[in-house]
Amino acid sequence: MEALRIESTHKTPRVILDPENGIFEFSGRSIPEDSVGFYTPIFAWLEEYSKQPLPVTHVRFDLEYFNTSSSKNILEVLKRLEAIHAAGHEVRVTWYYDEDDEDMEETGQDYQALLNLPIELSVKVQS
Amino acid sequence: MSMTYSYYKNMQLNNIIFVYQGEVTADLVSSILQMVENKLEGEGEDRKVKKRVFNVMVECLQNVYHHLDALPPTDPSNPVRDKTALLMIGREEKDYYIITGNHVLNDRIPELKSRLDRINRATKEELKQLYQEVLTGTGFSEKGTAGLGMIDIARKSGQRLGYDFHPVNDRYSFFSLEARVSRIPEK
Repeated sequence: MEALRIESTHKTPRVILDPENGIFEFSGRSIPEDSVGFYTPIFAWLEEYSKQPLPVTHVRFDLEYFNTSSSKNILEVLKRLEAIHAAGHEVRVTWYYDEDDEDMEETGQDYQALLNLPIELSVKVQS
Repeated sequence: MSMTYSYYKNMQLNNIIFVYQGEVTADLVSSILQMVENKLEGEGEDRKVKKRVFNVMVECLQNVYHHLDALPPTDPSNPVRDKTALLMIGREEKDYYIITGNHVLNDRIPELKSRLDRINRATKEELKQLYQEVLTGTGFSEKGTAGLGMIDIARKSGQRLGYDFHPVNDRYSFFSLEARVSRIPEK
């Protein structure tokens, strides 16, 4: 299957879903008014991937901001990853946040609490 | 023209850095966000404060935008025919404040009021819980994300949300919401 690559805009994140190497990335900001429209193709892609996932998938969330309507969709993305994980294909999620960004850290903890999925919280190394 | 100076003085006295009255579109919301973000950037505001202000601003503005979208468009008793609202951002010594104002149907007031009161009564921990409940769809009965937006604003603000319903006619009131973000980053 083909990789899904979406370049970032000032309202939407960069998305890379690479099925060859099992490396997924969501980075930047996610504040579109219509977040369902943005995330729908991602759900479809994950649906397809879940049929034949790699033994290990690494997922990197490196988000600067997101709005609450994106937060529902991000939960939906994580739920799909949770399903892949539950089916016996390891999924390792790393949730990055800036050292002083306790809001983003807390959001990571919210997702940890809501899902049966290994989500590692990690302080971003300052560039 | 004689009013110009008094507008200026008034804005200065109230520490207003931005005010807009008019139709709210998706493009306008984007432009405002970008403009205020640049301004915060340029003035060297603390990074954490800047992020919070931006986050709260996104929710407040998008909240109004989505709400206006849901209003009945051709209701003759609607005091404004288009999707008009007031958006205001100010900076005081201790806080940034974000104020939005828009018309709401009177029927919606009790629900909005009880939701805001519930949020204002909640502790930090209770807000976290409420956020998770609404996120997973077990919280407020209403569908959509409006409920989540206000909880998120309250969580990031860390202060009570100010609100007011000003009666306009028998069907509409003017709803204003104020969220404050402290400029003193807590440790």
